[in-house]
Amino acid sequence: MNFGRFFRSTVGIATLAALLVALPFVAAMGGQAWVRILDFAILYVFLALGLNIVVGLAGLLDLGYIAFYAVGAYTWALLASPHFGLHWPIWAILPIGAGLACLAGVVLGSPTLKLRGDYLAIVTLGFGEIVRIFLNNLNAPINVTNGPQGITLIDPVSFGAFKFSGTTQIFGFAVSGPQKYYFLLIALAILVIIINLRLQNSRIGRAWQAIREDEIAAKAIGINTRNLKLLAFAMGASFGGVAGGIFSAMQGFVSPESFSLIESIMILAMVVLGGMGHIPGVILGAVLLTVLPEVLRYGVGPLQMALFGKMLADPESLRMLVFGLALVLVMRFKPAGLWPSPVRRRELQETGK
Amino acid sequence: MDIFLQQIVNGLVQGSIYALVALGYTMVYGIMGLINFAHGEVVMIGTLVTITVAGSLIKAGMPVALAGLAGMMAAVLVCMALGWALERVAYRPLRHAPRLTPLITAIGMSIVLQNLAMMVWGRNYLTFPSFLPSVDFELAGAHFTAIQVIIVLVSAATMGALLLLVYRTKLGMAMRATAQNPAVASLMGVNVNRVIAAAFIIGSALGAVAGVMVGAYYEIAHYQMGFMLGLKAFTAAVLGGIGNLAGAMLGGILLGIIEALGAGYIGDLTGGFLGSHYQDIFAFVVLIVVLMFKPSGLFGEKSGDRA
Amino acid sequence: MSANLPTPLLEARAVAKHFGGVKALRDVSLSIRRGEIYGLIGPNGAGKTTFFNCMTGLYVPDGGGFTFDGTPLVADASDKAAARGIARTFQNIRLFGNMTALENVMVGRHVRTRAGVLGAIFQNAATRAEEAAIRQKAIDLLHYVRIEERADDLARNLSYGDQRRLEIARALATDPKLLCLDEPAAGMNATETEQLRELIDGIRRDGTTILLIEHDVKLVMGLCDRVAVLDYGALLIEDVPAVVQKDQRVIEAYLGA
Repeated sequence: MNFGRFFRSTVGIATLAALLVALPFVAAMGGQAWVRILDFAILYVFLALGLNIVVGLAGLLDLGYIAFYAVGAYTWALLASPHFGLHWPIWAILPIGAGLACLAGVVLGSPTLKLRGDYLAIVTLGFGEIVRIFLNNLNAPINVTNGPQGITLIDPVSFGAFKFSGTTQIFGFAVSGPQKYYFLLIALAILVIIINLRLQNSRIGRAWQAIREDEIAAKAIGINTRNLKLLAFAMGASFGGVAGGIFSAMQGFVSPESFSLIESIMILAMVVLGGMGHIPGVILGAVLLTVLPEVLRYGVGPLQMALFGKMLADPESLRMLVFGLALVLVMRFKPAGLWPSPVRRRELQETGK
Repeated sequence: MDIFLQQIVNGLVQGSIYALVALGYTMVYGIMGLINFAHGEVVMIGTLVTITVAGSLIKAGMPVALAGLAGMMAAVLVCMALGWALERVAYRPLRHAPRLTPLITAIGMSIVLQNLAMMVWGRNYLTFPSFLPSVDFELAGAHFTAIQVIIVLVSAATMGALLLLVYRTKLGMAMRATAQNPAVASLMGVNVNRVIAAAFIIGSALGAVAGVMVGAYYEIAHYQMGFMLGLKAFTAAVLGGIGNLAGAMLGGILLGIIEALGAGYIGDLTGGFLGSHYQDIFAFVVLIVVLMFKPSGLFGEKSGDRA
Repeated sequence: MSANLPTPLLEARAVAKHFGGVKALRDVSLSIRRGEIYGLIGPNGAGKTTFFNCMTGLYVPDGGGFTFDGTPLVADASDKAAARGIARTFQNIRLFGNMTALENVMVGRHVRTRAGVLGAIFQNAATRAEEAAIRQKAIDLLHYVRIEERADDLARNLSYGDQRRLEIARALATDPKLLCLDEPAAGMNATETEQLRELIDGIRRDGTTILLIEHDVKLVMGLCDRVAVLDYGALLIEDVPAVVQKDQRVIEAYLGA
């Protein structure tokens, strides 16, 4: 069966839409925790597709993506919480967060993007650590970030009187906070999917792919590689900033530990495992890597009890172990990702013969 | 002035450790262009193996210094085996894969090793047995301990041995040839697989030595200790000019000194606004600044575009 | 014959380049006239590709400079060269391997088009029109070099000869005034070389000036209007093929020492 064609047909789109609308209500039967997991899955879809522009299209290895997410998250947290007593509206904070993240991307990218790709990897990685260290320590002498304790009581997303936290009655249905965020996030995810699709088949997107494939040849046909790389990097950073803001509002709480290197690696892994540059693959990667650890979290302990009658290994580390192994194995046996783009897949089969 | 000299001494000690770890990164990168993210984890395992082996030997009644030496030998052997296995199992099958693929594998192996270590050694801090009496020396107002002296001496000796190996033996020549051009080296009869394996094994042995010294210096160890150490050592390698052995050594020592001085003076420099807990940012700030003005690293050769 | 000619399209004045102690180019001066096929030959290591790389901005010359179409070329800006109207192919083909043949040519239009990120996202009328024009031009160019049936194949899967053609199509997509071909016949058999000769001749007839760096002396002598010979980084002679072929220094350079 051809999924691609099915999802492009009207019936396919209608089915998909119905599924997406029903999903949070089905998940709620297992408890609101599962709706929250769903929310995170979509948030990660958004993040991963933002990073896909940087890594998948332009081929820039960004290992500090989460730092831009942190910039967005703390921007929201500081401008909409009792911490400074500010409660700015969403239409002000979200652009500021995205703008600051973008600015950070430009400042970081302009010296490094003319260098070899590996240097970008290490510089972005270092930048991620710098941001985390500042978040952890900027509580004295002036308390900006409140240090490791983080910032609490952050305002939820709201449009006028309509708040995304708490339960609301809509058409006689009781819709919970996480369920409302679900729909907001779906809307954002659709937006970023459209942006990805349109960029991919555009003049700019082709130039990015050309840079990814061969930078010298790209220059020879007149592509200003430095500016275009900076553009990709800054765009990715802005997406990170927006996602961070939503994360902040959704959680109502941020602290530096949400922005560790492993988060950057997770998002990169979503892009690469799913199928770099191939949008459905990236979505699959994001959903898989958000939901799988949760399943493992709930499954590993009981499974061990059932099999061995006792806990042999700490579930948390077993979960990470499985994740690490999955990265290694997928790279070994499916180097183009789990769901590579059809052209690439055809290529792999052809060379396989 | 006292603080200055003291921080130079501290920086030199820390820098020798960075240098040893940086050599592991730079050798692998120089030969196959891979950032071996799991190298920091190899160092961590070196430390933890020493704790286990030396600790149980001491408990069995062996003299402390001898037990320490035995622990170090065990760590070196385990890490060499680990380095060999990493290359053989994880990286070799990906030799001709796109650039991102082995990097993701390296990250995956890093996660695997960290969590394996956590299962074996637990998630708590472990204390490193003290091998040496804490003797204090004083010179021109700077204090230093026996362990600090030993760290610098052992690092210097290890690095000297590495240079001899690389510049005076057949294997070393094969390594340098492979770093220049693997295809040509293999035409000249160099067994590239063996050279790459050797780079991993030697780098891991150096890492193990570094791991023992970190443990002995801070007297504490933890399954996550490899990450930051590895990151900074890689920074040191880039600082010195990646792929360049002398650059890694100098970069490591320089980074150690910059960090120590930075930590000592940041409070004064910022009027008390930033304290010494910002120590970790110096490595990255220095890295970014160096790359801005000298992209090939402080001691690296200029590498132009290959047209 | 030179009386009725306007300024040359490209003029190199005393271009020098050295790598360490090696003098790859020693004060090379030459000029390429509009509409001609200009051959640059010389033994291996004579400095042909170095000259090429200086001209297209990949290297910065250590001395001298270039005037293109009346104004000086900026050194060290290979992306500017294409905008000025200089397109090139590479000795060891450099295509965008994981993009289709059509996309390879489409990306060649980059420097002659303007749509930005916002245009791409909002798909306004101007962007859509431009995109359609890019695609049409690319299809036309694939036809022109006769590989239209490979349009949707990944570039790296094309045969060697087709990859050469694709690279030429991509270069032509930048609307060059000067097309520089770096050893396009390398590795081709006699039939392929003959087809290439026809293609190059056709491109010139359609109004593009061509600089041809080539090893295949027969091809160069049969195709070029004028030929320059480099040896050890220095220009030996610049003249019509008939004269160059008989030049004693050239014969020595190729046969000698």
